Amino acid sequence: MSLHATTSQTVGPFFKIGFSWLYRDNLAGPGVSGERVEISGRIVDGDGQPVPDGVIEIWQANSNGKYLHPDDAQKKPIEQGFTGFGRIPTDDEGRFHFTTIKPGRVPGPDGNLQSPHLAVSVFTRGLLRRLVTRIYFPDEPGNNQDFALNLVEASRRGTLIAKKIDGRPGALEWNVILQGPGETVFFEA
Amino acid sequence: MSFPPGYRRYYPGTQPRHLHPSYVSSRKRAPLQPLVRLPHTLSEITGPSFEPEIADVKASDLTRQHAGEPLGERIIVSGRVLDENSRPVPQTLVEIWQANAAGRYLHSRDQHHAPLDPNFTGCGHAMTDSEGRYRFVTIRPGEYPWANHYNAWRPAHIHFSLFGPAFATRLVTQMYFPGDPLIPYDPIFHCTDDEKARNRLISIFDWETTIPAEALGYRFDIVLSGRESTPMETHAHGEKS
Repeated sequence: MSLHATTSQTVGPFFKIGFSWLYRDNLAGPGVSGERVEISGRIVDGDGQPVPDGVIEIWQANSNGKYLHPDDAQKKPIEQGFTGFGRIPTDDEGRFHFTTIKPGRVPGPDGNLQSPHLAVSVFTRGLLRRLVTRIYFPDEPGNNQDFALNLVEASRRGTLIAKKIDGRPGALEWNVILQGPGETVFFEA
Repeated sequence: MSFPPGYRRYYPGTQPRHLHPSYVSSRKRAPLQPLVRLPHTLSEITGPSFEPEIADVKASDLTRQHAGEPLGERIIVSGRVLDENSRPVPQTLVEIWQANAAGRYLHSRDQHHAPLDPNFTGCGHAMTDSEGRYRFVTIRPGEYPWANHYNAWRPAHIHFSLFGPAFATRLVTQMYFPGDPLIPYDPIFHCTDDEKARNRLISIFDWETTIPAEALGYRFDIVLSGRESTPMETHAHGEKS
């Protein structure tokens, strides 16, 4: 028998009371291997106004390119203390901030490895469904061949790639523009 | 390398469009560019999982999280989490949040002129069992006014958040109550075109889970996106997963 997935509904304006118990803004504790990165940014609406009632969720592989999940059959090691899940709220200025490690490369559908990336869900009041996007890393040679980036028109691809912050090694900026000029690329869920 | 099959995309009409102008908050927040269709890769068919210990008994009984009992009508909200192939989704995290009996959320931005209840936080979570079942004890949330349009009131509802087995199966939704006279006027409820899909958001009064002299039971089953085809079927077509 075939069913249809339950209809999505907005998280509403007060969902942080339900989400806050599981906030995780440091995905990689001490001892977790990999290149440490600190990612910060803002969620803004179509008027450029900050979105204070927002949460992003992160899902990522470890530095070996292995997901902690039974459907990842790759013969690569998992890592104690690293689940790959993050949940980060925005503050009153719409800002979020989290630390993690750069994930390793995972296989893509074209037989090539995907460039390192984080899978991202965006939740805010006003969104009737979550938004799905990705964060890629700057200066990655694999970005040019990445199948997902190449699905996106070149002029918008940059919205998926975090930017280095001058003078702060390991610090990256990545923003979510929900609507309008510079709108972030979102994927079908 | 090839992976297990991806998850099904939404059946047309059963999910809301992002821009739904009668829900005013969507006007400046809905993306206007078309979504890019990304084949599901290992990044989308995997997803976070949580240890069962994360959900203790208190977390699923919202009436026992404080020294005293909350005001309002005690209810049991339970159901099953299935996938589109009618298979139970076991050991998955279900989170809920809601207003108190007076229609007020424990949130600094909720300015509704209704009392907070010191014995009610309005948040809980539970893990589904091996059959995909979950169960919460809570109180029936109150209706409340909002600023969307003139004399706008939200029907009583409980917010649900579910993970399922994969990044692709993440779902946030709302459960409504049968017979609520505000449902026909609610733009959030009506953001989905398909009437049957909308009506599945309305829970069913459930005699079986009603506790005599204690609490009415409401049943709310939730369906998460299912696999495009099962790994077994994939093998039958000669592909290795």
